[in-house]
Amino acid sequence: MSEQALQRVAEKFPEAIVHGYSQHGDETLVITREHLVDVLQYCHDDPELDLKMPSSLTCVDYIDETPRFELVYSLYSITKRHRLRIKVRVSAEDPSVPSVLHLYRGMDYWEKYCWDMYGIQFTDRSVPVERLWMYEEFEGHPLRKDYPLRGRQGLIPERNIRDIYRGPGPGPGSVPASRPAVPRPSQLPVIK
Amino acid sequence: MSSNFGMVTTRREDAEGFFQRMVSRGLGWARKYSLFQYPFVTACCGMEYMTMAGSRYDVARFGAEFPRFSPRQADLLMVVGTVNLKQAPILKRVYDQMAEPKWVIAFGVCASSGGFYDNYAVLQGIDRVIPVDVYVPGCPPRPEQVLDGLILLQEKIASQSHPLIDHAPPELLPEAGGKRNLLAGGGIS
Repeated sequence: MSEQALQRVAEKFPEAIVHGYSQHGDETLVITREHLVDVLQYCHDDPELDLKMPSSLTCVDYIDETPRFELVYSLYSITKRHRLRIKVRVSAEDPSVPSVLHLYRGMDYWEKYCWDMYGIQFTDRSVPVERLWMYEEFEGHPLRKDYPLRGRQGLIPERNIRDIYRGPGPGPGSVPASRPAVPRPSQLPVIK
Repeated sequence: MSSNFGMVTTRREDAEGFFQRMVSRGLGWARKYSLFQYPFVTACCGMEYMTMAGSRYDVARFGAEFPRFSPRQADLLMVVGTVNLKQAPILKRVYDQMAEPKWVIAFGVCASSGGFYDNYAVLQGIDRVIPVDVYVPGCPPRPEQVLDGLILLQEKIASQSHPLIDHAPPELLPEAGGKRNLLAGGGIS
């Protein structure tokens, strides 16, 4: 059933599709950023698709590839019982996508999440995006691959103690250090 | 045969030392069996805390059965679970609000050292923020471990020495209009 949904979107927007594949029973479309709102509007409004439920929106940081970030929209249809995954690649220089908050009210949480953890900016939002989990004093976006693993930014000063073993890594207040690039596995091969 | 062998003491100092030891033993005995705890429960160790407080392991046998949910009424702060950096100021504030005398137990490895959460978000042990009396390891610790830690804390409380405080009235400050400066520790400047 989900293959039909994939074909339906692909036939409607042939110019928007970068590629699409089906793997382990999950149908995925990779589209361009300019057509994101149109495709999601069609998925939301079309009675045959009826993808009304935004299951999640997350981001993947492929640090060695260009474009660097990949946003993954997971949509589900409660009436038709199928799901569709839509991916958009955004570059590190301009990590911004148009918001789909006016289509999916439930995307508010996930857009906050992607801003907080990955620094993806969402344009044309009716409410301003703010941090979801981290505090306002926090600098940087911790789930980016170039954020240091132990880059802790404490809010209050530590006690002055010498005889307690502090463990590895820099403590709170340390600045994010430069990190050598780690080779990452490339994208999944296309299985069609 | 004197306990102050080699030291020259007066009869008054001997009497005061004896009296201070008696007061310390009495106060330690009273305090170690009436620990009101403040459970600062943040994570999954809380389930083990409930087990410890429940009827099978029964922390009431050690006089610590009464969790107070106000830090001002508590003697023992039990930090149960992971404390992240966003929460460290809250923990510090709760500790500062507790009245003396106060003790702290770090319940589980996350509170003791951060555990396996060696990442950007987690405080690597609450002793970086507040002083800790007893560390209880385990992920989560068995209730027997916690009770053992509580017994250790009771031994520490019972062996503490309490100085005899001179309860003379504090000097009234002329610059404060003859009133005690309560914000600066009771007026003794």
